[in-house]
Amino acid sequence: MIEIKGVTAGYGRTMVLHDVSLEVPVGGAVAVMGHNGAGKTTLLRVAVGLIPVRSGTVLLDGEDVTGLRPSGRVRRGLGYVPQGQQAFPHMTTLENLQLITTDRSAIDEVLDTFPALRGLLGRRAGLLSGGQRQQLSIARTLLTRPRMLILDEPTEGIQPNVVAEIEEVITDLTRRGDLSVLLVEQHVGFALRATDRYSVLESGRVTSSGEGGEGALDAVRAAMAV
Amino acid sequence: MDSFTTPLLAGTATGALLLIAALGLALTFGQMGVINMAHGEFLMAGAYTAFLTQQVISNTDISILVAIPVAFVVAGLLGLLLEMTVISWMYRRPLDTLLVTVGVSLVLQQLAKDIFGAQGDPVESPGWLDGNVDVFGYNWPYRQMFTIVLALVSLCVLAALLKYSSFGRQIRATVQNRDLAETVGVRTRVVDRLTFFLGSGLAGVGGVAVSLISGTNPRLGTTYIISAFLVVVAGGLGQLKGTVIAAFAVGIATAFFADWTSASMAQVATFALVVVFLQLRPQGLFTVRSRGLA
Repeated sequence: MIEIKGVTAGYGRTMVLHDVSLEVPVGGAVAVMGHNGAGKTTLLRVAVGLIPVRSGTVLLDGEDVTGLRPSGRVRRGLGYVPQGQQAFPHMTTLENLQLITTDRSAIDEVLDTFPALRGLLGRRAGLLSGGQRQQLSIARTLLTRPRMLILDEPTEGIQPNVVAEIEEVITDLTRRGDLSVLLVEQHVGFALRATDRYSVLESGRVTSSGEGGEGALDAVRAAMAV
Repeated sequence: MDSFTTPLLAGTATGALLLIAALGLALTFGQMGVINMAHGEFLMAGAYTAFLTQQVISNTDISILVAIPVAFVVAGLLGLLLEMTVISWMYRRPLDTLLVTVGVSLVLQQLAKDIFGAQGDPVESPGWLDGNVDVFGYNWPYRQMFTIVLALVSLCVLAALLKYSSFGRQIRATVQNRDLAETVGVRTRVVDRLTFFLGSGLAGVGGVAVSLISGTNPRLGTTYIISAFLVVVAGGLGQLKGTVIAAFAVGIATAFFADWTSASMAQVATFALVVVFLQLRPQGLFTVRSRGLA
């Protein structure tokens, strides 16, 4: 569970988020949508601890983690899949996973979720395709055994056949019940299908929010058209 | 044959010394990007540790073996202290780091002069390093061979640590993408400090090897620091194999130039050669390719 309360944050003197509040309950899934530059990624980076807040607080399972470094938040159950299919390019696929744990059964478990990675364990991550890197990124995050999972545009820039696979995995994760998910996604239809609540962010402010599901599609499109 | 084997073997030993000096830099500069001009003084600290160990343990056969781990820890702690008090405030400010560490380097040299005197002290080599072996007419001293063995052992230990240990993976992850490393749970500040400890400690081990060949000297570090930086840059940043090849290439080239001209001209010629090489290949000997990844 994560609670973002009245957060104002940005880069240097330029504030990108203005008094933003958002909550993902235990086992809940919330999608954050908005146009480019609305502050979605900044919001996630604040939640993870990569950007300090100017004001406001971030609570993880009720604990104030506002001043905690990202690694400290990971140890408290937060998992983060960043934008842009990020991996450690000069390490192999297996080494990327072993960075989290060397427990072979745990690694096998996440490889069952992404079987395509099995044949690529010895390949350097920098030589994987975008889709394979994104699968690796999600697999690596799942290895940290998060209770609160944050995903930043997980299907962005990936070939369609892999997108379907990743969408299926994320939808399964949001249905698990023991995992809270905060998802930033440009594909509105998928985001609403996978989550049970949504918030629309415009110019660093939450302008609209409500129940998720495909029935909310028109409301979200209307909110984003403003 | 002697005109070939003499500079080749002596140059290989010099290359080994450069390699030990450069291995630590390959971590702190090549991997972390920190320009630490005081790195040479950690070499000096290692040399003085060898000297002091001999004052405590008079049996030179044993003292040199004790000096190696002690020098690693002493130089490592100095590096850790420097990282925590100075460098940690200056990450991503390379010019500031360079200027401040030049100052630290001068302070450490003066400190060594005040404590040990300006002249330097000899470090006796152990009995098992006295003597030499005849290789195609060149009497190759055991001390030089010991330097090569020490360099290769240090290299193998470092390479294995980086490749196979959890700590090594954390160092590589932090170097390749600091933010990402943090968000998968790597405590990058702790990794920074331990990396600096390791890199500085390696310089200390190099200092022990240097002390066997040229004794101690407060200015010992300045002899090696520029060459060590050149070796790391010419080898390609972040690449241990490049550092190895560059160290031996520079050592052997310098020995051949010295054989043909003089010692000082050899330094000039080698530096000129490296500069020309870097003009042609600014990325150094080795680079790592990836598919358009940040």
